[in-house]
Amino acid sequence: MADEVSLLDYWPSMFGMRTKMALAEKGVAYEYVETDPWVKTPLLIEMNPIHKKIPVLIHKGKPICESLIQLEYIDEVWSGTYPMLPSDPYQKAQARFWADFIDKKFYDPSWKVWGTKGEDQVAAKKELLEHFKTLETELGDKTYYGGEVFGFVDIALMGYYSWFKAMEKFGEFSIETEFPKLNEWTKRCLKRESVVKAIADSDKIIEYAYALRKKFGAE
Amino acid sequence: MADEVILLSYWPSMFGMRAMIALEEKNIKFDYREQDLFNKSQILIETNPVHKKIPVLIHNGKPICESLIVVEYIDETWPGENQLLPSDPYQRAQAKFWADYIDKKVNGPTRLIWAGKGEEIEAGKKEFIEVLKTLETELGDKTYFGGETFGFVDIAFIGFYSWFDAYEKLASFSIEAECPKVIAWAKRCLKRESVAKSLPDSDKVTKYIPELKKRLGIE
Repeated sequence: MADEVSLLDYWPSMFGMRTKMALAEKGVAYEYVETDPWVKTPLLIEMNPIHKKIPVLIHKGKPICESLIQLEYIDEVWSGTYPMLPSDPYQKAQARFWADFIDKKFYDPSWKVWGTKGEDQVAAKKELLEHFKTLETELGDKTYYGGEVFGFVDIALMGYYSWFKAMEKFGEFSIETEFPKLNEWTKRCLKRESVVKAIADSDKIIEYAYALRKKFGAE
Repeated sequence: MADEVILLSYWPSMFGMRAMIALEEKNIKFDYREQDLFNKSQILIETNPVHKKIPVLIHNGKPICESLIVVEYIDETWPGENQLLPSDPYQRAQAKFWADYIDKKVNGPTRLIWAGKGEEIEAGKKEFIEVLKTLETELGDKTYFGGETFGFVDIAFIGFYSWFDAYEKLASFSIEAECPKVIAWAKRCLKRESVAKSLPDSDKVTKYIPELKKRLGIE
């Protein structure tokens, strides 16, 4: 029986990009359903009644919500090929910790740096740079966050890659200059087809960020 | 070789309680080390340099941080007894979704209740009741959130029960009147030794809050 997989997603979403990367890494065919999260369609409300957000992964009619939970689900269901999480419980816990750090700490300043102005933006930039530094230190001289293999944490962070240029532009900093190891790591990740196909055009994202800035009153 | 298991925690923390409950469910002997969060110890700073928060589980010298990650680690490392997460990937994803919901939605409003002033308390109470009602709907007529067996979501939420008396007193309402199934569920959980051992007395929590507010500089 063919697996029925669909993904409700929105083209600029860093979270949806993660799930797209994971599905591509596993070679899973799926139906992509462009879903504007500002317009709560009946399908979105039915599949994610609690948060009404994308991405929503639908497998055999059953929804899985929250991108990191989707990544783990994909890893467990399509376990035969290319594991995204290590099998050792301690290494797994470390991978989960860093993905959690990205969502708990990095996310907020990462949007405030382009989505706010004045003092709020200054504070967001300071915090964002601190978190980039932490992530650069954690990467160190490794090829990927998990070591030699592209995995969970790499996907969690590369989801944000399309937004890096917007962060740099509005935050007035350069990842290449300030975080060279991270910069090299992005280039390595960008050699992967799963990543290239999942990301959005950085310039389109900047245009979109401008539109959102106006909406949020930051422009 | 005997396992060395240390838990850095703080007695009123509902997050610390999660780790304790999981260890007790698995009958793991551990060394509990009470932490003073206002005077952070060397071991806390060394084992959790990124967040400097409890709980930290230290297993044979290696630290694991973030309470839900700790619970998963415990379940994976000691798989024999009392499985905390379901084996089926979809059920696991659902359990993680609800634990994540609790993490995202409970802390905000409950903090407004115990640490807020005036209108904030009322706002916190309203939001908390909505969240409780959502959880009550999800629980339904099941014995536990996962069904017949005590597990991940129960562990994620039950620690907050030790603060319920405080919330009720501070915001003048009855949780039982609003969500009787939640209270019935909590009482079932408290019959488990792991939970009874890990939750502090509600009275102790209620009496502690003014002191906590002073130490946090909130008045």
